[in-house]
Amino acid sequence: MSDRPAPTTPGVLPVLHGLALRDLRVLRRDWAEFLTRTLMQPLLFIFVFAFVFPRIGQTVGAGVAGDAGFATVLVPGLVAIAVLFQGITAIALPLSTELGDTREIEDRVMAPVHVNVVAVEKVLFAATQAIVAGLVVLPILLLVPDTPVRLGAGDPLLALLVIPGAALLSGAIGLALGVTVAPRQIGLMFSVVILPLTFLGAVYYPWAALDAIPWLRTLVLVNPLVYVSEGLRAVLTPDVPTMSPWVIVTVLYGYTGVLLAYALRGFARRTLS
Amino acid sequence: MSDLPLSLRHVVKRFPGTPPVTAVAGIDLDVTHGEILGLLGPNGAGKSTTIGIITTRVRPTEGAVTVFGVDAVADPATVKGTLGVVQQANTLDRRLTLWENLYYHCRYFGLGRGAARRRSDELLDRFRLADRRDALPPQISGGMAQRLQIARAVAHDPALLLLDEPTAGLDPQSRIALWELVTELRADGMTVLVSTHYMEEADALCDRVAIIDHGRILVVDTPDALKRDHGDGVVIDVGLTAPADAAVRAAVADVPGVRVVDDLPATGHDGTTQAGLRLSAASTEGTVGTLVAAVTPHATLRDLRVHETTLESVFIALTGRDLRE
Ligand SMILES: Nc1ncnc2c1ncn2[C@@H]1O[C@H](COP(=O)(O)OP(=O)(O)OP(=O)(O)O)[C@@H](O)[C@H]1O
Ligand SMILES: [Mg+2]
Repeated sequence: MSDRPAPTTPGVLPVLHGLALRDLRVLRRDWAEFLTRTLMQPLLFIFVFAFVFPRIGQTVGAGVAGDAGFATVLVPGLVAIAVLFQGITAIALPLSTELGDTREIEDRVMAPVHVNVVAVEKVLFAATQAIVAGLVVLPILLLVPDTPVRLGAGDPLLALLVIPGAALLSGAIGLALGVTVAPRQIGLMFSVVILPLTFLGAVYYPWAALDAIPWLRTLVLVNPLVYVSEGLRAVLTPDVPTMSPWVIVTVLYGYTGVLLAYALRGFARRTLS
Repeated sequence: MSDLPLSLRHVVKRFPGTPPVTAVAGIDLDVTHGEILGLLGPNGAGKSTTIGIITTRVRPTEGAVTVFGVDAVADPATVKGTLGVVQQANTLDRRLTLWENLYYHCRYFGLGRGAARRRSDELLDRFRLADRRDALPPQISGGMAQRLQIARAVAHDPALLLLDEPTAGLDPQSRIALWELVTELRADGMTVLVSTHYMEEADALCDRVAIIDHGRILVVDTPDALKRDHGDGVVIDVGLTAPADAAVRAAVADVPGVRVVDDLPATGHDGTTQAGLRLSAASTEGTVGTLVAAVTPHATLRDLRVHETTLESVFIALTGRDLRE
């Protein structure tokens, strides 16, 4: 009576692959939603600030931009918004539902891996979406402005660190919100968390320009979007002054690590008892 | 350490809180190869918690759980690889079609593309869902959803299948169809643990039944042996035109060999309300006549029903309570 069956233990990678295929299927079904979510906000901003305003003689942002031009300052900031919010919404909205009343997550929790693998797949998948969102938004942002956008090539090593770092950070924030916020409160989350992050995220001006308001300059350092904006600025528009690249990289990965540790504990708390 | 499909030793689960809830209060249970074991108990007995512990989703406060000799607490990934699970709630992936629910489940268990496709096609056929393969879960009936959940649970060919109240809310026909499916799966060599609060289900489907109440397993045996050893004669439902008063109760209790169990359940099987008493007696011989004579001076008799021993009367004999309350 010791005919012990061979358990199905494919190892972590095939399971990760299967989980990602499922998410990809759902994303392909909702591709229009993905595009709208990614493009809408950056497109409206660049259109109003870098196309409409110059034509009607509004000179917003002239002071902070120096001789780089406002559009040049704006482009990396808006890519940062696209990256960060794609990563967050890619996880937070669906996960909050799947962990809620429908318990749809259960079948994946029963996959033959540690539950952390299920959560990490979500982060990796969201990070990939975040990078795709950035790549989709960037060329469009370059087409719209009426004033020149002066892109440059930053340090390639820096790019290799900043881009995945920004994407992973956005996924980690999404996971943390998804395990914390109930589906009913998702709308509230947008006005309480997402909106302040956007407006105080060094998107419309370089962080250094906040010299004029020292208390705010310090306060916004808690905002993860600041590091994504500044990081992308260092990569895409090296002529615009940014905070030290190595501070940016350290904080991007440090923030990711801390949020991930919190979010994985939360994920286990929501799926195990 | 045993290589049995499932072995629970002194398993306890206490949920923290004020006051803390002891959902599982010390369970020992062995499930042997190829059997269908039923976990029969009323709401709140601890069935889902027990199944949760086996599936590694609930961490036991005390005790040991092994699945084919593998410790469920120490090595959840390996244990999950041998289990198929249908939870009490519908946990189908609402973003995926019926076919995709099976296909991606197979992928979560490491099956390749071709194997997963074949398996999903085959299961849809076998579980009579093929004509709804592209529907989404919210668009199908409860019976279909339940069949799909079982199809999904067995898609990776698990050695131990756990079903938590798989027929709750189904009509009698779908219920019997589901029993047939489960019996077929066992014939394929699967071991099955199924929880239920339907005594008919336990009786018809299971090789052995464990009766669970307040987080404890009271007895484990074949349905026949349970009825023989604990059936304690017959259950007599005395229907009256008005609720029984103290005088009726006293008169009935004086009849030799009769014990008053409870008032009749407020709602009968057919949904009508009824007044009267539920009694247990060693046998009907000589009892019924005396009983009628004893009741008549105090109340108007509406009807009198005698139930031969069922698992329900076993449950009543063991706990003094009704399974359906
Ligand atoms: N996560 C939890 N936290 C606190 N108490 C819990 C939790 N889960 C279950 N319980 C309690 O543990 C007891 C057993 O619950 P369980 O769900 O295991 O019963 P059950 O036999 O499956 O009942 P049902 O037939 O209603 O599904 C109940 O009193 C329940 O309220
Ligand atoms: Mg239950």
